[in-house]
This record gives sequence, structure tokens and C-alpha cells, in this order.
Amino acid sequence: MAIINEVIKQKQGYKLHIVNTGKYKTNTFVWKMKAPLQKETVTLRSLFPYVLQSNTKNYPSTTVLRSHLDDLYGASLYVDLSKKGEYHIITFTVEIANEKFLTDPAPLLEKGMGLLAEVLFNPNASHNSFDESTVNNEKRTLKQRIQSSHDDKMRYSANRLVQEMCQNEPYALDPNGELKDIDAITPESLYQYYKQALAQDELDFYVIGDVQESEVEKAAEQLFKLQERTPESAGETAKKEIKEVNEVIERQDIKQGKLNIGYRTNIVYGDSKYYALQVFNGIFGGFSHSKLFINVREKASLAYYASARVESHKGLLMVMSGIENKNYDQAVTIIKEQMEAMKNGDFTEDEISQTKAVIRNQMLETIDIARGLVEILYHGVVSGVPVEMDEWLEKTDAITHGEIVEAAKEIELDTIYFLTGMEGQ
Amino acid sequence: MEKIPFAQLDEELYYEKLDNGLSVYVLPKKGFNKTYATFTTKYGSIDNHFKPLNKDEKIQVPDGIAHFLEHKLFEKEDGDVFQQFSKQGASANAFTSFTRTAYLFSSTSDVEKNLETLIDFVQDPYFTEKTVEKEKGIIGQEIDMYDDNPDWRLYFGLIENMYKSHPVKIDIAGTIPSIAEITDQLLYKCYETFYHPSNMLLFVVGPVDVEKTMNQIKENQSRKDYKDQPEIERSFPEEPAQVAEKRKVLKMNVQTSKCLVGIKAIDTDQSGSDMLKNELAVNVLLDMLFGKSTKTYEELYNEGLIDQTFSFDYTQEFGFGFAMIGGDTNNPDQLEEKLRGYLLAARNGEGLNEDALSRTKKKKIGAFLRALNSPEYIANQFTRYAFNEMNLFDVLPVLEQITFDDIKNTAQRLIDDSRMTVCQVVPK
Repeated sequence: MAIINEVIKQKQGYKLHIVNTGKYKTNTFVWKMKAPLQKETVTLRSLFPYVLQSNTKNYPSTTVLRSHLDDLYGASLYVDLSKKGEYHIITFTVEIANEKFLTDPAPLLEKGMGLLAEVLFNPNASHNSFDESTVNNEKRTLKQRIQSSHDDKMRYSANRLVQEMCQNEPYALDPNGELKDIDAITPESLYQYYKQALAQDELDFYVIGDVQESEVEKAAEQLFKLQERTPESAGETAKKEIKEVNEVIERQDIKQGKLNIGYRTNIVYGDSKYYALQVFNGIFGGFSHSKLFINVREKASLAYYASARVESHKGLLMVMSGIENKNYDQAVTIIKEQMEAMKNGDFTEDEISQTKAVIRNQMLETIDIARGLVEILYHGVVSGVPVEMDEWLEKTDAITHGEIVEAAKEIELDTIYFLTGMEGQ
Repeated sequence: MEKIPFAQLDEELYYEKLDNGLSVYVLPKKGFNKTYATFTTKYGSIDNHFKPLNKDEKIQVPDGIAHFLEHKLFEKEDGDVFQQFSKQGASANAFTSFTRTAYLFSSTSDVEKNLETLIDFVQDPYFTEKTVEKEKGIIGQEIDMYDDNPDWRLYFGLIENMYKSHPVKIDIAGTIPSIAEITDQLLYKCYETFYHPSNMLLFVVGPVDVEKTMNQIKENQSRKDYKDQPEIERSFPEEPAQVAEKRKVLKMNVQTSKCLVGIKAIDTDQSGSDMLKNELAVNVLLDMLFGKSTKTYEELYNEGLIDQTFSFDYTQEFGFGFAMIGGDTNNPDQLEEKLRGYLLAARNGEGLNEDALSRTKKKKIGAFLRALNSPEYIANQFTRYAFNEMNLFDVLPVLEQITFDDIKNTAQRLIDDSRMTVCQVVPK
């Protein structure tokens, strides 16, 4: 039996994915909307989902809508924005109790799906315009959300690295939108874009839980009716020529320096070298047995955290560490040495098998969480190359020392970004 | 071995207290890939004044030592335990709170080996002068990281406002000068006092064979020579009922202001069912006053005083406790005034009604079921509850029994101007 038991049905305008499993006490519904990441639409896309989740036609205020959710045994409803490669992804999630565990046996599955459909398709709108005060409220909180992302310095420096690294590429855009574009949005223009997104985005609907396939399908057909479409592709990204490494030093009033280093992996999800890249990253900086953790933290005592992660669809590898401002040169040197060691094949069979074991474990743990499961399945939608979990694990397991070195050789240093304190100015 | 069934939740919990005093719980979870285990001592950042094992005099230890010990336990003579866990395909971690230090792993294979590694590494300390000195640089960076984090500063600023003397006001990681005083000898003193099995709880949740797991743990413990240890004597300073400071404004490098209103708890000598009922009642009360389905939330939101970061919480432990309400805001002073106003009015029953109670109860029941999807939640919360003589799985029945009168009484007893305080973070 496959590790994940996913059934995919093509419905009108969207794909329905059902994973039937008895391990949760709740049922989870995830609605994904995907379109190319673009300067012109990024702020509209970061705003309308929040307008939709504020209230609806039948539940026209936050109080009324949230009271309804409370009555459905505290069903949760939230939106999330992200980017995967050069796509902007909107995610709506509803999680609702399975009535099997309640003393009140009234069925909740259809109510949960109905609630999601209400939020998506029946907004508090009239005359082709969203409710004005709702839009104004959400414009304000969007501004606040963007501003406060500057206050979490770990996040800020990670975002700044990407901006510096991907100048003139769509990936530099923040999925939470652009502050300067918010004021110009009107309830009408936002409504118009919302309709456009519903008509043109690539749509995927995931239902996870102890559910009957036929029951879900019937409810989905009734509640989710959309027009057919051919979703727009973000197109191939051209390989960036790196002429020289970009070094950016930014100063702010902070105690701890944030060092973020970006590499181009030139390998994306679906490529044959992708599995080797994952093993590479595990040995290099992905886990607490990795070269970065051991050499930057354990041996040199420079940092509390020092790690690396891969952006699978854009082909980036990003190192992050928090260090004392004066240790910048030493930390950069150690990190570069670890990358060189990897390229020279300076790692053991033990490190490889250890890393494979941890990757396998991480994948299996992720699918124990309904939302984690959806994220893993969704990689296949974004890349257009669905991979069965079993295949993923087998291919990872088969990776050799030589293949890891081959992947390492593709990796190029692009940008070093350092957010440091005001001293020594 | 005792079997404790929870029919409504379709769960069965197994329990045994071993000869050396260790409490062991196993909760089998079918269908899950992952096994998650925590090995926790009832020892946290607040336990800084105690009588060391076999000594007559109480000592005061440096701030941050429990957390420092947690870091150092991972290092052994032959290297670091993280390596061992990852060879066995597990991810390991640990955390220190005000009252507990927990060591944990999760894995989808080699569970037996990983469980053995977990128990053995926690029960085999190796501290040397050299390794202790090395750790100071790492923890120093952890402290600096939190110092730059406005949410952490806000949270701790509020606790500092509330408590005059109680060590809950001390940052869990300590300060760079306080950790400088930590030595290998002091770590051993703390370890020997607090890491005896009788002060610890082991919780395993996942697709495991209960009998086999229990036997493995018993065999492991029977190989180790633990002597019975007397009850640990800890002392805490006298703490007045009212807050130490009414208000504090921190200027930081931020673009968005933050505001938290806090209430210092009373009745913190409770444990068991009294504590469970009180803690749940306060949480229900806060939800009835400030939850997303309240008029209050909508008003604050529409007036531009709050955004999605707005939240509230109440926690209670033996000797301290607090309610906190707030989040990011454009106008911290106005938000402060409003929140104080709503709270003081609620003391007289304003803003409370029976409908909101029944809705909130339903919501809390659903949230509890959602939480039970998470092995991490189950193991960590069960342990916290057990250390306070409560049972996590009693949450549903106790919640269902809460009456409107309970809520009104709770509001009246908890909310008092002399126990309220405010902390703000504002741009420099």
C-alpha cells in the first residue's frame, strides 16, 4: 500500500484531492489558489483573502461569522500567503471536529465544506464591490502586517537577502504585498481582481480526514462550481549568470548580527539531481548533525543557530545564522569552508546514511499532520511533476557520494547579506 | 500497569509508577508514523533557591542555570547526543520553562533504540570546565537573539511588572553576567537534586506496543542504581498580591507598537481539580470577553486598535500565574485604556452572557479535539498537568460543567485594579 492514499478527481475548474485516514479527530479542508508572482497583482492577492475571511453575505460581520464558527465546535478558518518558486499561492484552511468524538452527533463534514464555499464564493459584496469598511479595515491591518515583518529581525534579514539576491526577478516580491500599493486599492478594483483570480488561478481542493469519498465528491460538486480554465504558467526562469558575489552590509540598532548567505543551486523540484541536493543540504546545514551546526555552533561557539534550507522551486539555498557583530569575517570563512568541503567530497558514508535516515523521518513525520501532508502533495502541483512519497523515499535512499558531489558542484554563491549593529560606524 | 480508558475520545492511556519513583505513561496512537517521547523533570527556571541533595543549607544558584544544564546534558565524553539520535533517524530537542525541563525525540523508525538513548543520555551527565566555558558563547548568542525580539521583551516586561520578588520574573536563559558564574560543579549540584527519577515523568505517544515499551523502560531503570531521595526542599520569596509596577514602556527598534495588559493571578496555591477548574474558567472568561466572535473584538478591530496578532492567554502554576491580553497596535495608549475598561466592567458582569458561554464551551471542545491530533501537545501538556496533579483528559468533563455563575465569580475574584499592569513596546 502506498504511504499516502491520495485520490485525485478532476472537477470543473479545480482538482479535488481526497486523503481518507482515520488518524485525526478532525477533518481538514484546504483550498489552494495559484498564479504567477507578479508586481501588478501581488498586493491585490495579499489583500482579498483577508477580506473574504472577515465576513460573508450570510454572515456579514466578524462577530456573526466567528459566532457561527464557534457553534461548529470551534471550526478554525484562516488564510495564508506564500510563494513557491515564481508562483504566488493563497491557502484557505478550515479544520472542523469529527462529530464521532462529540456527544452531539450532528454531522459536521458538509457544514465545514459549506462554510469554506460561503467564504470563497459568497462575499459581503454588492454592485461589483466589496463592502467598503471591511476593505478599509483589511488595508490597515495589511499595512501593519508588512510593517511588523521588519520588527522580527530573523525574518527581516531572510527577506532582505532574497530581495538583494533576486533583484529584477519576480521571486524578490514579498507574498504579503507591497506597502506602497495598498492605498490605491479600492473595494471595486479588489472585487474585480478577486473575480479574475477565481476565474483564472489554478485551483486545488484537499479534503483530509475520516471521510467517505463519494460523500465528499457529491458535496464538492454541489458547493464548488467553477468555470474551466487553462492556468497561466510562470514560465521557465532563465539561469542567472553570477559575475561577482554581492556583499551587502546593513546597519540597524540591534544587538545580534544576522548573517544570511544565498546560493543558487541550479536544481529544482522534479530535476534528477533534486534528491541529491536534499541529501547535500542535510549534511551541509539542514540538521543538528550538519557541518554548519557542528562547525559554527559547537566548535567555534559563534552562534546559537546556524542552518541552511533549500527553496525547492526557485533553486536557492539559504544559510542563516545569528552571530556577534565582530565575528562576521570568522563566520563567513567557516561557512565558505564547509561549502568547499562539500564540493570536494569531504564527507563520510556515515554522514550520508545518517542524513538519509533523518530526511526519511522528517518526511514521514510531516505527513502525520494534515496540513503537512497537503504541503507535500502540493509540491507536485507547483512543479507539474507529481512524485509518490514511496518513490521520493526510494530515490533519496539510493543517492551516492558521487551524486552529492555532482549536485554540490552546481551550487554557486550569489549574495552575502549581513544585518549588523550601529557600532564602529 | 494501570489502564485508563477515555471512551469518548477513543484513547487508552497506560500508567505505571516504577520502583525508583519514575512515572511512566504510554499512549498508543494507531495510524501515526511518528512516536514522540518526552522525559521531563519538575525543575525549571524558578527553582533557583533550594537545599542541594545531602546538604543542610539552602543555596541560591545563578540565573539561567536550569536552561544551561539542559544544553549541557546533550554533550558527552564521546561527542554530542544529537549525532546519536540522527544516526537512528530521530530528531531530538529540549526546552526549559519556568517549572519544567523536557528532553524529547520524535522518530518513525528505531523507536526502541531512540527511547533507550533518550533515557540514558538524560540519566548520564558529563560536565567539565572546558565544555561549560564553550557553551557560554552559544547561550550568549541565544540571549542576544531574544533581546532583539520585541515580542519576547514585551512578554517578559509584563511579567517583570507583575512580580516583585518571585523568580518567574527572571529570564529563563539568564543574562550574560549570570551565566558567567555557572561552573561544572554547580551543574552537578542541580542535576543531583532535581534529576532523580522520583522527580521525573516519561511520556511515550505513538504507534507503539504498550507492553513492550513499558518493559523496556522498566528494564532500563532496573539496571541503574538509584537510591531513594528525600522530597526536594525549594523556597520562594514572599510575593505581594498586587503588581510591582503598574506600567512600563520599552523603546525598541520597531515600526509597529505593541501593548499587553496583564493580570496577576490569585489562588496560586491551588493544585489538582481546583486548579484545573480555575484555569479553564479564566480561559473561558477571556474568550467570552475578547474572542473573535465578541462585539468587543469587532469594535477594537473596526476602530483600528488591533489586528490579527491580538491574542489572550492565562496560565497558572504553583506560586504564580497571569492573564495577558493584547498585540500589535497603532495606538498602544488607547488600546490599553480600552482593555482595562472592558476588564474592570467584566468584574461586575458586564459583557458576559449565557449564550457566549455555551458558544465558547463548544469552541473549546473543538479546539481540544484539534489539539489531540498533535502528539507533541499531548505529551507536553499531559506532563504539565500531571506535575500540578491534574489530568489532561479531564479537560472535557470539567469544561462541560462550568456554569455561568462560575464565570461571574471568576471575573469578580480575578479582576482587580491593583493586580493589573501594562507593558508597551514603542518605536525609538
